[in-house]
Amino acid sequence: MTTSKTESREKIQAFLDIAFKLLTRFFAFAVLALLAGIIIELFVGAMPSIKAFGWKFFTSSDWDPVNNKFGSVIQVYGTLVTSFIALLIGIPVSFGIALYLTELSPAWLKRPLGIAIELLAGIPSIIYGMWGLFVFAPKLSDNFQPWLIDHLGPLPGIGVLFQGAPMGIGMLTAGIILGVMIIPFIASVMRDVFEIVPPTLKESAYAVGCTTWEVVWNVVLPYTKIGVVGGIMLGLGRALGETMAVTFVIGNAQNLSFSLLDPGSSIASTLANEFNEAFGNLYTSSLIELGLIMFLITFIVLALSKLLLFKLGKMEGEKT
Amino acid sequence: MNLYRKRRIINAINLTLSMVAMAFGLFWLGWILWTLIDKGLTAVSLDVFTKMTPPPGSSGGLLNAIAGSIAMTIAGVAIGTPIGVLAGTYLAEYGQRGWLAPTTRFINDILLSAPSIVIGLFVYEVYVASTHHFSGWAGAFALALIVIPVVVRTTENMLKLVPNGLREAASALGAPQWKVIVLVTLRASKAGIITGILLALSRVSGETAPLLFTALNNSFWSANMNAPMANLPVVIFQFAMSPYDDWHKLAWAGSLLITFGVLGLNIVTRFFFRSKTTLH
Repeated sequence: MTTSKTESREKIQAFLDIAFKLLTRFFAFAVLALLAGIIIELFVGAMPSIKAFGWKFFTSSDWDPVNNKFGSVIQVYGTLVTSFIALLIGIPVSFGIALYLTELSPAWLKRPLGIAIELLAGIPSIIYGMWGLFVFAPKLSDNFQPWLIDHLGPLPGIGVLFQGAPMGIGMLTAGIILGVMIIPFIASVMRDVFEIVPPTLKESAYAVGCTTWEVVWNVVLPYTKIGVVGGIMLGLGRALGETMAVTFVIGNAQNLSFSLLDPGSSIASTLANEFNEAFGNLYTSSLIELGLIMFLITFIVLALSKLLLFKLGKMEGEKT
Repeated sequence: MNLYRKRRIINAINLTLSMVAMAFGLFWLGWILWTLIDKGLTAVSLDVFTKMTPPPGSSGGLLNAIAGSIAMTIAGVAIGTPIGVLAGTYLAEYGQRGWLAPTTRFINDILLSAPSIVIGLFVYEVYVASTHHFSGWAGAFALALIVIPVVVRTTENMLKLVPNGLREAASALGAPQWKVIVLVTLRASKAGIITGILLALSRVSGETAPLLFTALNNSFWSANMNAPMANLPVVIFQFAMSPYDDWHKLAWAGSLLITFGVLGLNIVTRFFFRSKTTLH
């Protein structure tokens, strides 16, 4: 009697074991399905536009809802240019911050400073946008932009980037704000990978008389370069998809201009501005195709970032 | 001697630049927070918490937006948390073998940084387009999809911190694996998992982009999650982009509330649980 009781209890437990495992497995699978669902759903939504424009969508700079002609060049250009400016600002500053936090900062300041920089990532992007529009852009148009136009505008070559009126809003402003927004992401990855450099390596370099800078540049950076690139890719992925901050300050003009001071638009800002007001099947579907393009680009960039960081971690694992 | 001096000078210059970079980062944080305090404090009054969003030109508050935000955030976290915890449990407890766990881990890390506006588009396509109306539930679903990767990541990290000895001890006493996980490891990492949930909460409370196409907005009081719902981020967006001064003031008040809410939650979480939970 008792044996059959324990037997049946064992059976119940064995069943519960399998059930629990399957339950957690199901939700792990759901995360994968979510990604697949996003891509498929966007693809389906973009279908009318893909059918209507084909590859021309990537080469046309039309954005004409009235005549139902759409192309992605303006938005892709705006997205790439603003992200590029963001990286120009974000990379050196993040490197400096990571260097300061790992090599220079007194121990008691490390944590508060680290948290302060990470708080930059906590500020919602809409706040960056509002602050950018009402506070930062006017400052830029009063001081910085006239200077750029006067001094860099007449130069041959790069002068073309600094033409037009100092309006404050535009691709340059969006790029600068994006730069600030990605600093915490790049800086915290850089700090984390700098910290895994074995102390013996650094100490050996100090022992033969290297300065702090030489240790960082010739020992720390080469050792962690995969991780550093991974961190930069992570920042790029963030910059490419950032929506609200850009929407506020980029100017939302659907025109192609080489001047960084002119208003433009990015994929995300176009979506935020036009999706709810889009009329007609083709208009909506073209917007969804823009979203799909953005998602695929960020997906590739973020996947590269993860692979690089993973590789660094593995390298680290093999050595210890 | 000359080379020696040159190296010293380069070192000094570069280390100074590093300090300048640090100051540069803090400068933006300070500038933004100062702007919010400067413009927001004068705009915050009792009205903000007791009156509805006004039409342009008249006075009002943000009550419906605050309530809508709270409702959708709570619903989003409530939907996303169980899914995230269970998926994270699988990754940590059963994820040593097979293809599913590494793939999910990889994809989850990408979803963590994926553009949130795409989540909005996705929910619009699957939910809003098929029900033919914007709704608070759609907003909550979009937020839940942002909560999931955050919770998955922290849950997995926290479960992995639980020493294997605990699992082995429980198994040795004859506990079946599901009991080991539910009663021992999950319980041992409770504080860490709560941290993850709080981080997810702070992450979604400022999200605007996914709500634009899902919850939309509503100028009136609405407790109906099945109808378009007011929420702070979208109200801030709409009011800030408008030409009206009263609306700008309310937008600043809302910004102050959101930012200090989010940052406060962030800081509290960090002190509540000091272990490192990197989220990138």
